[in-house]
Amino acid sequence: MSNLQVSVYRYNPETDSAPYMQEFQIDTQGRDLMVLNVLTMIKDQDSSLAFRRSCREGVCGSDGMNMNGKNGLACVTAVSEVIKDNKLVLRPLPGLPVMRDLVVDMGLFYKQYERMQPYLQNDTAAPAIERLQSPEDRDKLDGLYECILCACCSTACPSFWWNPDKFVGPAGLLQAYRFLADTRDNATQSRLAELEDPFSLFRCRGIMNCVAVCPKGLNPTRAIGKIREMLLSNAT
Amino acid sequence: MSTMRSLTFDAIIVGGGGSGLRAALELAKSGKKTAVLSKVFPTRSHTVSAQGGITCAIGSADPEDDWRWHMYDTVKGGDYIADQDAAEYLCSEGPKAVFELEHMGLPFSRFDNGRIYQRPFGGQSKDFGKGGQAARTCAAADRTGHALLHTLYQNNLKNNTVFLDEWYAVDLVTNADGDVVGCIALCIETGEIAHVKAKATVLATGGAGRIFASTTNALINTGDGIGMALRAGFPMQDMEMWQFHPTGIYGAGCLVTEGCRGEGGYLINKDGERFMERYAPNAKDLAGRDVVARAMVMEVLEGRGCGENGDHVMLKLDHLGEEVLMKRLPGIVELSKTFAHVDPVKEPIPVTPTCHYMMGGIPTNVNGQALAQDADGNDRIINGLFACGEAACVSVHGANRLGGNSLLDLVVFGRAAGIHIEKSLNEGVDYLEASQSDVDRAMARMSRWNDSNGGESVADLRAELQSIMQNAFGVFRQEDNMQEGVTKLAELRERIGNAHLGDKSNAFNTARVEALELDNLLEVAEATAIAALERKESRGAHSRYDYPDRDDVNWLKHSLFHPSNKTVTKREVNFTPKTVDTFEPKIRTY
Repeated sequence: MSNLQVSVYRYNPETDSAPYMQEFQIDTQGRDLMVLNVLTMIKDQDSSLAFRRSCREGVCGSDGMNMNGKNGLACVTAVSEVIKDNKLVLRPLPGLPVMRDLVVDMGLFYKQYERMQPYLQNDTAAPAIERLQSPEDRDKLDGLYECILCACCSTACPSFWWNPDKFVGPAGLLQAYRFLADTRDNATQSRLAELEDPFSLFRCRGIMNCVAVCPKGLNPTRAIGKIREMLLSNAT
Repeated sequence: MSTMRSLTFDAIIVGGGGSGLRAALELAKSGKKTAVLSKVFPTRSHTVSAQGGITCAIGSADPEDDWRWHMYDTVKGGDYIADQDAAEYLCSEGPKAVFELEHMGLPFSRFDNGRIYQRPFGGQSKDFGKGGQAARTCAAADRTGHALLHTLYQNNLKNNTVFLDEWYAVDLVTNADGDVVGCIALCIETGEIAHVKAKATVLATGGAGRIFASTTNALINTGDGIGMALRAGFPMQDMEMWQFHPTGIYGAGCLVTEGCRGEGGYLINKDGERFMERYAPNAKDLAGRDVVARAMVMEVLEGRGCGENGDHVMLKLDHLGEEVLMKRLPGIVELSKTFAHVDPVKEPIPVTPTCHYMMGGIPTNVNGQALAQDADGNDRIINGLFACGEAACVSVHGANRLGGNSLLDLVVFGRAAGIHIEKSLNEGVDYLEASQSDVDRAMARMSRWNDSNGGESVADLRAELQSIMQNAFGVFRQEDNMQEGVTKLAELRERIGNAHLGDKSNAFNTARVEALELDNLLEVAEATAIAALERKESRGAHSRYDYPDRDDVNWLKHSLFHPSNKTVTKREVNFTPKTVDTFEPKIRTY
C-alpha cells in the first residue's frame, strides 16, 4: 500500500473561526518516509500548510508535534512507527496556544526555561585556562545537557497542561538539574530556593509521560527526583 | 508603506547561530542596544548540528601544542588562499575564545587530568607538518555544536540580549551614500513588516548548502545574508569554493562527523579495502576533506563503490567497540540507526560526499567589517555592514576548510566583530538617515511576491535549481557542464522573477518565507556558478577535469564576484601575518 492517508490539523487565525482536520492522500511509492518528508510533500501540494522545521535530523527541536496521539519530532519519526489503520493523524503539540496549523506559541515553555536561570553561575575568578572537571564529574551531565528544547515532554505532561504558568515542567526542571549537577556551578542554594514552593517542582506527579516521549531518550522524571532529594536533604 | 514601524538599535545582528550569538554577547555585555534577529528560535540554528568539535591549540592533549602549527595546517588546508593575517588571528586568539566558552559552562568532554578532551581531526599536524598527526579538536562528545550554541544562547539570556525570534530579514537598507543603515524585516508570526534601523548591521546568516540537492545543511541554510548583500550590490569572495564532506549518510545527507575517523574509523570500498592508504599514504583517512571526497568519487568511478548501484563507500567503526562509540560518538550511533538503518557497533555506515560548507562569502577584514572595492580595485570598507561566521569570507578557510575550524571561526570572529562595533560606537558613527525611496527600494522584492498572481511554484523552481547545481558544480567540474549550468540559471532567474506566491496571508506564513529564501538561493547559486567557471585551475575544493592542476601564477588569488555586471575579478591574498613568517605555497600532499 503506497497511498498514505494523512489527516492534518488546520487553523489559520485570519480566516478560520475554528480549527478543523484536513485529509490528504500521499503517494509514498512504498517507502517508509519520515513524517517530516510527508509534511513536505503535503506542502508541495498546499503551500499554505504551516509547520516549523530546520535541521531535519533530530537535533534542533523545531518540529515537535503530536503524531497519532504521541508527541515526537517529525524528522526522526518514521511513518511506520506511529501509523494506525494506514492513517497518519498530525496535530500540534497539546496544551500550548496554536498560532497556525502545526505551529504552537512556545512562549510559556521558554519562560519556564528562562526562570531556571539556565546558565552556569560561578562567582569565583576564572583561571587563565579552562576550569578543571574530572571525567566522572563530567559524566553527571550526560542525559541532561543534550536537551533540544523541543517541548515534546512538557506538552505531554498533565501537570504542565494545568499550570503552565506555575509548574516549571519537565524540560525546565531537567535544565535546572543540569546546572545543579555541574561541579563548576556554585548557585545551588538559589537554584533550590526557586523550586521550594508547592508548584514549581512539586506539581510533578511522576506520571512519566515526559520520559515516554523524549526524542533524545532523556529522563526528566529522574532529574526531578534528584532535585527532590536535594531539596529534602537541604531541609533537614 | 507609511504605516511601517521602525525599530531602532545600535546594532542589529541577523542570525542566531554561533557567530551571531557570540557577537551579540560581546555587545550586550557592553551595554549597547543590541538585538538578534533570527528566522528561527536561536537554538534551531544550524550550528546545533556541528558534531566533532572546535579545533584549537589549547595544549590539552599535547602540552607542547602551538597555535602556529594550527595556523600552518589551516593555511595548507586552504590550499594557500587563506589570508595569513586572518588565519594568524584565528589560531592565536582561539585559545582565549575556547576558554571563555568553557567558563560560560560549555560541557566539554574531559581527559583524566580534568582538562578539555581533544581528538585528532583531518589535516592536523605537529611541528608544521613534520611531527605527525596532532589531536587538536576540543569536543563535547559528538554534540559540540549543540553544546556550544546552547551555551551561547544561555549566556545571552544572562546578559539580557534582545531577541527578535522568528523574524526574517528581507533586504538591506542603504542610504544615499551607500552605507548600510539597517534592514527590512518580516515578523513571521504576524506578517508585520518593520524597518530595523541600526548603526551596525551584522550578517551572521550562515551558509547556503540548500543550493545543492544533496547537503548536510539544515533546511534553513538558504544564504539569506549573501542574497541580501548581493542585491545591495556588494561583491562576494571565493564563491566557487564549496566543501563536500566525505561522510554524509548515503541517501539522507545527514552528517557523520570526521571525528569518527579521528577516533580510528576508516573508509572501505566494496572489496573491503582501506583505499585512503593509496591516495594519502601518511594521513590516510585524515587527509583534507577535499582530498578524501575526491578519492571516494574515484573509487566509485573506477567500479569499487558499494551497494546495488555501486555509488557510495562505507565508513567502518565497529572495530572501535561499543564502549568507545557510546562514549565518544553517541549521536552518530543514533543518526546511523535512524537514517541508514545500520548499527555502527556492528556494521559499517554507507556514506557519500555531500555538500557541507561554503568557504566563500562576504569579504571582511578581521574586525568583521564588510569590504567592497573602489574603482581602482582597492579594498573599501562598507560603512555599517559587518559579517561573521559562514556568511563571511575573512578568509581563514581559503579553498578548503579544516574540520573543527568552523566553530572556532564563529566564536573568534563573532567576538572580534562585537569588539570592533563596540569600539566604533563609542567613537561615534553617524550615517545619513535612509530616505523613503531607500526604504522602498529594499521593499521591492517583498512587494513583487505579494503582488504576484499566477506563475510557477516555489517548490518546483527550488528543486530545479538544486538539481542544476548538483549536476554541474559538484566534487568534479568541467567547462561545458558549468557553462550549461550558468545558462540554465539565467533562465531560472527569469522564471523566478515571475513565480507565484499562492498564500498571501499574514499569520505564520511559511510559504512567503520560502519564496523569499528562493531568491537568495538563486543569488548564491549564480555567484557560485560564475565564479567556478572563471577559476581555471584546480585548488582545494574546486576541482576541474579540464584544469587539473593548481595554477599559482594566475590563481593564487581570491575571486571576487560583482553582482552589478556579473563579472569576476581577482583580489590579492594576504601573505603578511604580523608575528610569524609567511607560509610559502608548497605542493599540498597528505
